[in-house]
Amino acid sequence: MKSPIHELEFPEPERYELHEGPFYHFEISRREFVQVLGAGVVLSVAVPGLLAQRSPQNRSTNLAQRLHIGADGVVTVLTSKVEVGQGSRTQLTQAAAEELHLPVERVQLIMADTAIVPDDGGTAGSGTTPRAVPAIRKGCAAGRQLLIDTAAAAFNVDAGTLSVRDGKVEGLGAGRQFSYADLASEKHSKALQREVAPGVSIAEVKEWRVLGTPVLRVGANEIVTGAHRYPSDVRRPGMLYGKVLRPISYGAQLEDIDLAPAKAISGATAVRDGDFVGFAAATSFEAELARDEAAKTAKWKTAENPSSDELYSYLRSNASSQRSRRDVKGSPDETLKSAHKTLRETYHIAYIQHAPMEPRAAVAEWQEGKLTVWTGTQQPSRVRDDLARTFRLSGDGVRVVVPDTGGGFGGKHSGEVAVEAARLALAAKKPVSVRWSREDEFTWAYFRPAGVIDVAGGLDEKGALIAWDHVNFNSGASAIATPYAIPNAATEFKSCNQPLRTGSYRALASTANAFARESFMDELAAAAGADPLEFRLRHLTNDRLRAVLVAAAERFNWKNAWKKNSSPQKTGVGLACATEKGSYVACCARIEVDDRAGTFKVLDVVEAFECGAIQNPVNLTAQVEGCIVMGLGGALREEMRFKDGKMLNPRFSQYHVPRFKDVPQIETILVNRPDLASVGAGETPIIGIAPAIANALFNATRTRIRSMPLRNSALRVAS
Amino acid sequence: MKKNFQFTLNGKPQRISTESRRTLLEVLREDLDLTGTKFGCGEGQCRACTVLLDGNAVRSCQTEVSEVEGRKVETIESLAQNGKLHPVQEAFVKENAMQCGYCVPGMVLTTVALLRRNPSPSRAQIVEALNGNICRCCGYVNVLKAAERAARPGKEAQ
Repeated sequence: MKSPIHELEFPEPERYELHEGPFYHFEISRREFVQVLGAGVVLSVAVPGLLAQRSPQNRSTNLAQRLHIGADGVVTVLTSKVEVGQGSRTQLTQAAAEELHLPVERVQLIMADTAIVPDDGGTAGSGTTPRAVPAIRKGCAAGRQLLIDTAAAAFNVDAGTLSVRDGKVEGLGAGRQFSYADLASEKHSKALQREVAPGVSIAEVKEWRVLGTPVLRVGANEIVTGAHRYPSDVRRPGMLYGKVLRPISYGAQLEDIDLAPAKAISGATAVRDGDFVGFAAATSFEAELARDEAAKTAKWKTAENPSSDELYSYLRSNASSQRSRRDVKGSPDETLKSAHKTLRETYHIAYIQHAPMEPRAAVAEWQEGKLTVWTGTQQPSRVRDDLARTFRLSGDGVRVVVPDTGGGFGGKHSGEVAVEAARLALAAKKPVSVRWSREDEFTWAYFRPAGVIDVAGGLDEKGALIAWDHVNFNSGASAIATPYAIPNAATEFKSCNQPLRTGSYRALASTANAFARESFMDELAAAAGADPLEFRLRHLTNDRLRAVLVAAAERFNWKNAWKKNSSPQKTGVGLACATEKGSYVACCARIEVDDRAGTFKVLDVVEAFECGAIQNPVNLTAQVEGCIVMGLGGALREEMRFKDGKMLNPRFSQYHVPRFKDVPQIETILVNRPDLASVGAGETPIIGIAPAIANALFNATRTRIRSMPLRNSALRVAS
Repeated sequence: MKKNFQFTLNGKPQRISTESRRTLLEVLREDLDLTGTKFGCGEGQCRACTVLLDGNAVRSCQTEVSEVEGRKVETIESLAQNGKLHPVQEAFVKENAMQCGYCVPGMVLTTVALLRRNPSPSRAQIVEALNGNICRCCGYVNVLKAAERAARPGKEAQ
């Protein structure tokens, strides 16, 4: 691979094919490895194409300690990726087992411990499948080759005649044995402190034995028995529990506070440091008591804040003229003016919150000036750097460990709670655990950005779509380009000065952009008097997108299900399709309206999804189903409402996420493409459901709702 | 003010001296190191904190420790016996009914309580019983399959 691949860019999947074999070298276990893994050998593998830059002057920066082979023959694979429910632990274990020629049970995966893992980057942007899986496969293929080479040398046979099965070398002849455990023996590991030339190949899809199979969640037993320790479950000797005083509203400045009443609570530590006010005590109860006592004495200077009622006009009037990017093909402005029919509409997307089941949590411990933090984050090295900067430590002075975490959805890229725990632990001189409250999560975690989207389309006399204009205010540029073949098209993203702190979210803005585009495609189909499926297919040249759309429509029996209604009906059907991050989704939905109650309900959903070669069908199905149901939340109910710098609905009793009763009949179609590189699947399946429902509502009621959540004065979702 | 409490925890007598207004959830997690019971919302809306109190599924975040005096508390840690999973746990593993898994202890205990009451519930009854439990990964389809698997005739559901 000739150039580094940056985290955010996502070119065609072929870029991630492996052009170059790995090379590797050895070192005897470093101190950290011995502490964590026991004696053995560490296999370092080059990491081109990940975050490490290739630099000929200092080759060691390109080498990552990827594998540890223990004296007991257990192979431990190391990665900075995290498991937040998307299935990375299982999939990466499969990838390693595939190339090591070991059963899944004999591969151990250590994720996201910055003291020992190579930096594969954070866990974001559906990057684990296209980038970390190949990197781990290469490292493990190198490990297998090393086993063969060492055995060949030990027994003086031709390496080309040897293979590996269940971790043992085959072809050595009767009575001769050599396995991964032998590699770790002193005799062999000393002979192996060298780099080995490239030339190792990884298995082709048709040769897969572990990848491509339905491996169940690794670590399932620890989860169902409650034994797994999530970040909020980590305990350290002498540990205290910490609580942080939050401002009374956004932008409120603390003018004065008296910490004496808090300190009067037995054993409580109270810290004020700049904007930070926190408390630690032997129990959460006492820490809360201390915080609440201090809060009574706090004097705040509040700031002006816009409310969610005026949000969309606020965004439009706070668009930045500098931070705007417009991509134009052909002459959309002129064609929209001269088209036979031109439609213009505006769509609104509310702020929503990730609301992972496990709120942000961290345990911090200082020892001899060094800091260790266990926390739930998707960006362990970024959090390590934040901590190092905050506490003026060197990179080596901070270790961040991410136990498998209770949900992320793009919401845990930051490390506020890690800093809070570390500050309290520094003051208390004891380890401190901080876990945010649910209200903290709804108020102080970053949000998925709200947006205003203006779309215009022009049809010619024959009903062909000849012009397109799509402008997104604030919510983001991902998947803003139309996948339809339109000769004159413009897309534009305008960054805005916005009232809430925002960040990543599962599929981020592609949900908003797909909602506006696919709703509007439906409006154009109606204006052209066409079947929405037929209208889309007429303008689609992308074979992969056509394939999922046709697959979903056929399974849904769209031809018989859809009728051009001239009057309101009890049920309606709608569809939508989209592509993002190299994968393809199409969704069909059927809804039912209860006129008297003024409510509607989603009855059934068929979704087809394609992400190249399928690496684990059960995990993929779970991701698709989870996306559909999570997407229902943003489509039907989720919306953060705020006024005077305060959240009006920061509770699960006020902000309604999907529950069992909301789950429609779901059918998923996994389109497998063994001929194509695998890409991520945790995000794109969420983007089709909202427009499919909006279109089904229009089909039933002849009323178009152009906002997420889907709601108007006459119609709301049944509870 | 600290008071002494006695109750049966996972089949064994438990004594504890603590502030009576603390929640059972906090005492289990912080004083007794039983962290399988999870904090999800603190307002009784998500049931990640479910435990069995005299056999009924209750929200430990809404239960003050004083309320369990003399009663029988079972947490997720008590279900597997000698390394053998409880049939409901087994069903969750086999149906891959977990993504991040944080809600799973609460889901498992709610299902156990349901099956003790009604060994062969209909799907509608399962949905009704589990509707209070939130899974933000939204892996509801597989949880329903797991509950149905555990409820199949011939399966011991105790």
